[in-house]
Formats: sequence, structure tokens, C-alpha cells
Amino acid sequence: MTEPEVLGAGVPSAPAGGWRTATVSGVRRPLQRSVELRLDVHDRVDHLPGQHYVVRLTAEDGYTAQRSYSIASAPGDPLVELFVERLDDGEVSTFLADVVEPGDELEVRGPIGGWFVWDGETPALLIAGGYGVVPFISMLRHARATGREDLLRIAVSARTMAQLPYADELVAAGALVVLTREAHGIRPAGRLTAAELVPLWEPGQTTYVCGSASFAEAATQLLVGTGVPAESIRVERFGPSGAPS
Amino acid sequence: MPTPTRGFLGRRRERDPRLPPGQYDVGADWPVLTAEPTPRIAPETWTMTVDGHVEEPTTWTWDEAHALPRSEYRGDIHCVTTWSKFDTWFAGVSVDTLLEAARPTADAHFVMATSKTGYTTNLPLEHVTGGKAWVVWEYDGKPLPIEHGGPVRLLVPHLYFWKSAKWVTKLTLLTRDQQGFWEQNGYHDLGDPWRQQRYQGD
Repeated sequence: MTEPEVLGAGVPSAPAGGWRTATVSGVRRPLQRSVELRLDVHDRVDHLPGQHYVVRLTAEDGYTAQRSYSIASAPGDPLVELFVERLDDGEVSTFLADVVEPGDELEVRGPIGGWFVWDGETPALLIAGGYGVVPFISMLRHARATGREDLLRIAVSARTMAQLPYADELVAAGALVVLTREAHGIRPAGRLTAAELVPLWEPGQTTYVCGSASFAEAATQLLVGTGVPAESIRVERFGPSGAPS
Repeated sequence: MPTPTRGFLGRRRERDPRLPPGQYDVGADWPVLTAEPTPRIAPETWTMTVDGHVEEPTTWTWDEAHALPRSEYRGDIHCVTTWSKFDTWFAGVSVDTLLEAARPTADAHFVMATSKTGYTTNLPLEHVTGGKAWVVWEYDGKPLPIEHGGPVRLLVPHLYFWKSAKWVTKLTLLTRDQQGFWEQNGYHDLGDPWRQQRYQGD
């Protein structure tokens, strides 16, 4: 990895101004075991596609729990959209998925992150596993808003179509959809292969990989093995913490 | 105190006193969080260098580093993404031992740790001296796994874990603080978990 010159330079990668209040304006559950939250963030600072927010919950006795969630919405969206996987033992995600209603207020901090961001102007290859698609939805929506969808190549992997967040949007954008537990069109069930990635690659691309630790490891090794320079690959992994870093 | 969130009770009513604020106990798991592809580093090609503002810039090979006095850490680690892991056991060499050989000059007050991948992180010198920091190659009595920074990583367990650079290969003594990778990307220059120094400005 080279010095982080970069994309993030000049943007507030540290959360400006600390904690803010966000009013929940929409709650949807398009997929099982997950929730899509649309937030009206007061005094919001614009984000870059790929950045995340921290959500903090506070109990009556002052006990707090906080987790990071990638932003799915484009910078131009008047609301901030988060897509949260409900982990059965997740203290924060179960609350967000089961309890939160429109009109509730949440404490949030962000946008955060100066590394796993897309500048909207340079070619990018986006490779996601499961819920790792969320930051790429922000990138895709931003590209659509600015008429630069030509810059993005997208490959996503999920167990089944029903478990792929934003599946319709990804298919409409021409993403390569890889399903490991069921066939997709004429493609049999199976993991992402190097042969599938090769046609998506082009010179000058930055490659973004987002997913579970095991997916990210497999995908980056596939890329490096194919000859993609390691220094052009940016990785966001999430583990049991449910938090990108 | 922040305003309570409607309906939030919180699960963990008994706070383990070892948990810094805003952290939770990850249990037996050890999440892997890195910003770059995992490098494959053969121990025989790894070296450890201490340079910059020192009297005696020094480089150790794998065998030379292992010949130094063994030092262990048993205790907790804390990641800025809010997990903490209790009762870890690492072994390697104390950073004090490396600095004794290289002898920082009187005007050296900061350290930049550099990894094989080019990852960097900055630390005040006083936070890696006095038995507070290690260069480690063993976890739980076994070789440190590659995804956790093997063959060798820095260990500074009293600070958030991004300071404990994976695949470390160099410590550079500096007279003035310079920001490393995550620090340039918005994270805190010191990163004390007990003061929740997660981001710049905390």
C-alpha cells in the first residue's frame, strides 16, 4: 500500500463536529435479517461514496453502545441511508432492526473514512461479498447522478439472490452477480473466479474489495494472483464486530 | 451524558471493568480488519530496523531478533471498531530492547512504525518505552497467524489496535510527530481507548 495521497485528501475524513442527531425518516426491511434506515441528519456534512457513520445508542442509565455502518446513499441524496445486517447476537443491529421506528432520534457521527472512498472521476472495480455491497451502492448511485456509470465495474457475491442487498439495483447496473448456493441464469452456483474478474479489469483502475474477512481475503488473493497490483487494491473487511475499519 | 435512545436497554448490564468506554467483549473471536491485501512474507526475508534519530541504526534478521531476550505480554487488546479481547498472550521482544541497541538521540520524541506493505502509524516515544510495546511473532504459544500480522507485528496494547502495526519491519525515530496511514485518514494521533481517542479531535 502506498501513501494515502489520495482521493480522501482535502475532505473531512475525521467526523466534523462530533455527535449529531438524526431523525429516522424511513424504515424498510427489503431483505430478511436486515433493515434499511433513512436518516435526516441535522447539520449534516456531505459524505464521499464509501464513507461510513457511527451510530450510538444510549440507555436510561447512561450505558452506550456504538457501531459503524457504511452509507448506501449518494452524496446528493437529502437523506443518509444505512443498510444494516441484523446479527442475532448484535446489541446494536438487533435494536436497529427490531425497535427503531420512523420519528425516532438516533445519535450519529460522520461521515468517517478517507481511504475506502471513490472520487467519482476515476475508474474503479468494485468487488463485494454480501453486505459488503453497501458502500458500492453509494458509489453506484453517485455515478448515476453524475452520468459516470461508465467508470464503474461491479462484481458481487452472495449465497442466494434473496440474500443480496440491493439486488435489483445491481442487476440493473449490469453488475456481475455470483451466487454460491444457487444458479444465476446460465451460471452454476459457485464462488467468484479469476476468469470472471479478468474482463472487468482495465488499466488505471482502483480496486475496492468489501465483505467478510474470509471473502475479502479470498477476493484480494484472487486479484493479486491475476496480476492486479496490490497497491491498487483497497480493502474494507468486517467481522463479528459488524464494523468496517 | 447523551440523551437516551427510545427503547434501548442495552444487553450487557454488568460492565467488565477491563472494558474501556464504548467497547464490548468479543469473546473468543479475533476479527481481522486491514485496509490492504494480506502480504505473504517469508520469515527468512523479514528484517526489523530501527533508524531515524538514533545513534546506531540497527537491523535484525529473523534469527538475530529471536536471539534477543524473549518478552511476553498477557492482557487485553482494544480495537477502535469497538471490540476488545481479554487475556491475550503474545511473545517476542520488547521494543525497549531494540531501542537500547539503537540508542535514540535526545531530541527523538516520536516513532513511525512501517510495515512491509507500506502501512504506517505514529506513536509518541514514551508510549513504546518502559515495557509498554513489543515486536511479537507468537500468539498463544504458536507462530503469529498471517492475517493477524504474522510473521511479526508491533504490539502496543494500551492503545487502540491500529497502532499495533501488522507485518512491521521498521521503527523510525522522529523529532516531530508525523501522521501515519489511519491518522492521515481521520484517526487519532495517540488513540488511548480509556479516553476514547478514536478520531482526530477526540
